[in-house]
Amino acid sequence: MTVGKDVSALFPDVVNCMQTDNLELKKLVYLYLMNYAKSQPDMAIMAVNTFVKDCEDPNPLIRALAVRTMGCIRVDKITEYLCEPLRKCLKDEDPYVRKTAAVCVAKLHDINAQLVEDQGFLDTLKDLISDSNPMVVANAAAALSEIAESHPSSNLLDLNPQSINKLLTALNECTEWGQIFILDCLANYTPKDDREAQSICERVTPRLSHANSAVVLSAVKVLMKFMEMLSKDLDYYGTLLKKLAPPLVTLLSAEPELQYVALRNINLIVQKRPEILKHEMKVFFVKYNDPIYVKLEKLDIMIRLASQANIAQVLAELKEYATEVDVDFVRKAVRAIGRCAIKVEQSAERCVSTLLDLIQTKVNYVVQEAIVVIKDIFRKYPNKYESVIATLCENLDSLDEPEARAAMIWIVGEYAERIDNADELLESFLEGFHDESTQVQLQLLTAIVKLFLKKPTETQELVQQVLSLATQDSDNPDLRDRGYIYWRLLSTDPVAAKEVVLAEKPLISEETDLIEPTLLDELICYIGTLASVYHKPPSAFVEGGRGVVHKSLPPRTASNESTESPETAPAGAPPGEQPDVIPAQGDLLGDLLNLDLGPPVSGPPLATSSVQMGAVDLLGGGLDSLIGGTNFVAPTTAAAPANLGAPIGSGLSDLFDLTSGVGTLSGSYVAPKAVWLPAMKAKGLEISGTFTRQVASISMDLQLTNKALQVMTDFAIQFNRNSFGLAPAAPLQVHAPLSPNQTVEISLPLSTVGSVMKMEPLNNLQVAVKNNIDVFYFRTLYPLHILFVEDGKMGES
Amino acid sequence: MLSLKWRLSSQLRSSCIFNLSNIVDRGGVFEAVNQAISWPLQLRVLAAFSASSASVCRGPGVESLTGTGVGKMIHSLFLINCSGDIFLEKHWKSVVSQSVCDYFFEAQEKAADVENVPPVISTPHHYLISIYRDKLFFVSVIQTEVPPLFVIEFLHRVADTFQDYFGECSEAAIKDNVVIVYELLEEMLDNGFPLATESNILKELIKPPTILRSVVNSITGSSNVGDTLPTGQLSNIPWRRAGVKYTNNEAYFDVIEEIDAIIDKSGSTVFAEIQGVIDACIKLSGMPDLSLSFMNPRLLDDVSFHPCIRFKRWESERVLSFIPPDGNFRLISYRVSSQNLVAIPVYVKHSISFKENSSCGRFDITIGPKQNMGKTIEGITVTVHMPKVVLNMNLTPTQGSYTFDPVTKVLTWDVGKITPQKLPSLKGLVNLQSGAPKPEENPSLNIQFKIQQLAISGLKVNRLDMYGEKYKPFKGVKYVTKAGKFQVYY
Repeated sequence: MTVGKDVSALFPDVVNCMQTDNLELKKLVYLYLMNYAKSQPDMAIMAVNTFVKDCEDPNPLIRALAVRTMGCIRVDKITEYLCEPLRKCLKDEDPYVRKTAAVCVAKLHDINAQLVEDQGFLDTLKDLISDSNPMVVANAAAALSEIAESHPSSNLLDLNPQSINKLLTALNECTEWGQIFILDCLANYTPKDDREAQSICERVTPRLSHANSAVVLSAVKVLMKFMEMLSKDLDYYGTLLKKLAPPLVTLLSAEPELQYVALRNINLIVQKRPEILKHEMKVFFVKYNDPIYVKLEKLDIMIRLASQANIAQVLAELKEYATEVDVDFVRKAVRAIGRCAIKVEQSAERCVSTLLDLIQTKVNYVVQEAIVVIKDIFRKYPNKYESVIATLCENLDSLDEPEARAAMIWIVGEYAERIDNADELLESFLEGFHDESTQVQLQLLTAIVKLFLKKPTETQELVQQVLSLATQDSDNPDLRDRGYIYWRLLSTDPVAAKEVVLAEKPLISEETDLIEPTLLDELICYIGTLASVYHKPPSAFVEGGRGVVHKSLPPRTASNESTESPETAPAGAPPGEQPDVIPAQGDLLGDLLNLDLGPPVSGPPLATSSVQMGAVDLLGGGLDSLIGGTNFVAPTTAAAPANLGAPIGSGLSDLFDLTSGVGTLSGSYVAPKAVWLPAMKAKGLEISGTFTRQVASISMDLQLTNKALQVMTDFAIQFNRNSFGLAPAAPLQVHAPLSPNQTVEISLPLSTVGSVMKMEPLNNLQVAVKNNIDVFYFRTLYPLHILFVEDGKMGES
Repeated sequence: MLSLKWRLSSQLRSSCIFNLSNIVDRGGVFEAVNQAISWPLQLRVLAAFSASSASVCRGPGVESLTGTGVGKMIHSLFLINCSGDIFLEKHWKSVVSQSVCDYFFEAQEKAADVENVPPVISTPHHYLISIYRDKLFFVSVIQTEVPPLFVIEFLHRVADTFQDYFGECSEAAIKDNVVIVYELLEEMLDNGFPLATESNILKELIKPPTILRSVVNSITGSSNVGDTLPTGQLSNIPWRRAGVKYTNNEAYFDVIEEIDAIIDKSGSTVFAEIQGVIDACIKLSGMPDLSLSFMNPRLLDDVSFHPCIRFKRWESERVLSFIPPDGNFRLISYRVSSQNLVAIPVYVKHSISFKENSSCGRFDITIGPKQNMGKTIEGITVTVHMPKVVLNMNLTPTQGSYTFDPVTKVLTWDVGKITPQKLPSLKGLVNLQSGAPKPEENPSLNIQFKIQQLAISGLKVNRLDMYGEKYKPFKGVKYVTKAGKFQVYY
């Protein structure tokens, strides 16, 4: 705002003014010091005396001001001199000074953590949690949690029932900002049993009526987290559910910026506990003058809440939205109609006719979106709405977006036998094959192969043409490889090809865009934070990852497993392995390229596949014979993440297990090998592995790598007792000594006759491996499907 | 020296920091200032330095000092006007380069409309959380995980405070009072933690500007910074200051209800709810303890309270019991949503039709009273966003006046009052761009209105009792109902 003059040269003159009695002048001098002390560290020493003197001033306002400013002067030399005054202020008789000093400790910690620890300020700060003044408690809690964040391991905020009680008492009396700090502190506490959880909930509930929305959302976070521990049969559980709805709805009448953050959080809450807001659909209806970012979020939540009971209203609204002015919003509304059709079966008919009406408007982007969603509706309800294909074909020429083109081509290929001029239609696309996007090219290839298999006589030429375009003239490896595979399939065994390409497709699931359950549970712990706005775990985006603690919901019942070491406590895979967001709704990636013919690689190649295309139907049983029945990596069905087999507990939710929900590959699904024991932890022995089930036998496929400099011998393996009695059925056979940098692959047969002990999570397996050097321990989760026998029932458990 | 003094002060009065820094630069004036002139001027000069210092540390090519001060909460605040000028910046920790705002400008450009700028923007090293208030953007910079609602609430509180202090929250008002603005910001946040945000406390620390005071200050040398500890800050009632005295003791309550509704083509209600607030203006001496009771408290099942309200009392007796802050404040806000309780006071009949292959269409709209509880509906304004292809409109109103803005395509009809004898209507022709096809998007219709002396939910205050003080206060309750987001589908 100014021309940017450097006035640091005036430092001595300004410091001279410091000794004034006038408060305003003093404040401004302090302000100047804060800004320039860093550039004039030597001169800043001159100010020390005054600070020390001001810290003894009879006026508490001046004492507080001095201690506050001190902390803002980020000059190492000075900080040492400030310890004494700070110590005094922390024990000051005036609470105003104490609460300011508490914050100052956090500031000082930021500048010189070691100093703060050496001087014992942390203990003093902990004592302040028991202060008689609520504001001091709140600030001490805030300061401690800030310091604790930079020391994730230190047990600074050692919360116990007594300190929790103090915090809860202070909660009622401190300012709104203090309440936020205290509530955030509470959220990090794990009550010892459901009774304690309930009593905390009872004392937090009044905060839901606070005028400050940040207080409300922090309270919601505490309640959502502790509710996890309450039994659903409890009356109180129902009461709490009822109490949560009104404050969430009230947040939506605030300023649009607040609404946006609230909506992002409600999106999580609705996924975790849909029952809270199931009757509040109407508050999410979009208003004309909502900002676009609010509109899009509301739309998303509307679909999540759509059910048979309210679908008529929702559809009527969506139809209105589809005629609005804003293009992005209209697109999303059209998509939403399709999602409703897939979610609520009874409404499918109405949705389809609404979509057809919209196609009749001939508005370009509306038509394109409609076609994309109709493709999904065909997938969900086969042989029901194919009568509309004719209408769709009329709009072929107006499609200019790759996604819409790909969807249309998929429809033509899939229903080639019902479309008389399918070959002409596809041929017309083929003309500009090289100008199309990869998505369209892949789709076109598959569609023409399908067409050929359905009408072999007329389309031989066409299929030749597309195969040569894909294999010879294209430099896209995905496209080329798929072309070759089709080619070989067709040339070796057309019957098998037919079986593969035209196989029955699995139905797509009703819910799309769901957040993966482990991530969702973690995000629930982060309600109200940036993580909840971005729907990503903090570790994914907080710079440097410093101070990120992996949080997880408390277990429902306080079981004896809760004494596990903190390292093993968080359920699920470590955050690094979790997908950030489930890929966009829509297409099954039936990607042939995921057929893994060689030894499987470790790491998750599934979700990261860059190719997004419409369903390719290679999931049929014929495949196993094609590739020898080994190591088939299932395609990730992005659209079918959620409803895995019901018996699978919440613990079982890492990405690879999700794919087992596809359920079409009886026993042939194998997760890629993951590193179970890194070499660093095991004196050079690295173990990665996975579990497989083949023809009624379970085995653990291990890959042992010697990364040390000495030869390893005498391997043995043992399992701890586990939930399903998994045990090695044979000793670990490593025939030759493992020399440095050598890798062996071993398949260890497993049986389920071992001794049983319930683990948390259910599929937790603790393994000990011994060699001539030492014994090493690691822990892994096995996918539950390996326990299922092929006829679909669970094996002995 | 006297002349210098006058020169300085007159320039300060116009808040011209540019000139000030130039003067200082022009050689040793500060020395003179320091020794000779009265200290109110000294401190103004200092304020100017502090204000300028933000940009001082940032030379060209010097990148932001991030990474050194990993701080919690709010790092910096930028105020940006509609034309994209950063006219004020404040840093609570290390200085963050203004260039961080480029990410904001980028988002702003993408959003086209100022109201559509997303409130949370991520940049490689920071997060920008912004609000849009009174044609100004308040952009805060944060570096670590911070609850965004916390930041947004705080920013709104800053804007509220400016409004409270300067009468308006505008660029001009902020620039005119730059010293007070910096003092306020410093007082409101310490190390990123909110310190004092209650207007009652702030006003004890920093007195709001008045013309009289600024004249008095410059003559007598007193300042606008209070030198006593704000009394309320430590008591159990941090929102009220001690020693309040009035000759006339008054307590007024405004019950204001806004109807948010969506009405479909046929006139039936798709969605309706009432957003109500009770705003209070309390000028009572001492420490009054008030309780406010309602005839029908059962209406209030979804409420947000000012911290002063005793929640337990409400839970058990449905009475609002509180020691009020001094002055104006929002006592409660509430929401009434059950459909049958929300009366819709007006109805609208409208039609718009276009002939095929013709560049004009007919437009017709009539408005009338519905469930208005026998009260007059006034201040009616109808706003219609017409489709893009509409070129102009040629209409005749039976009452009021209308305007059509051919750029934004917004038709505004200022109706005034409804008299049931003759319903207001607006009819005429719509002209489309020649050759344009029939518009595909529907117009959207918003209505504003006001009904005095009525709370549409039926909420009624029963009585107000005061304890703890001896005097008899004047009491009053006023009701008003307005349209909130009241929208009718075509």
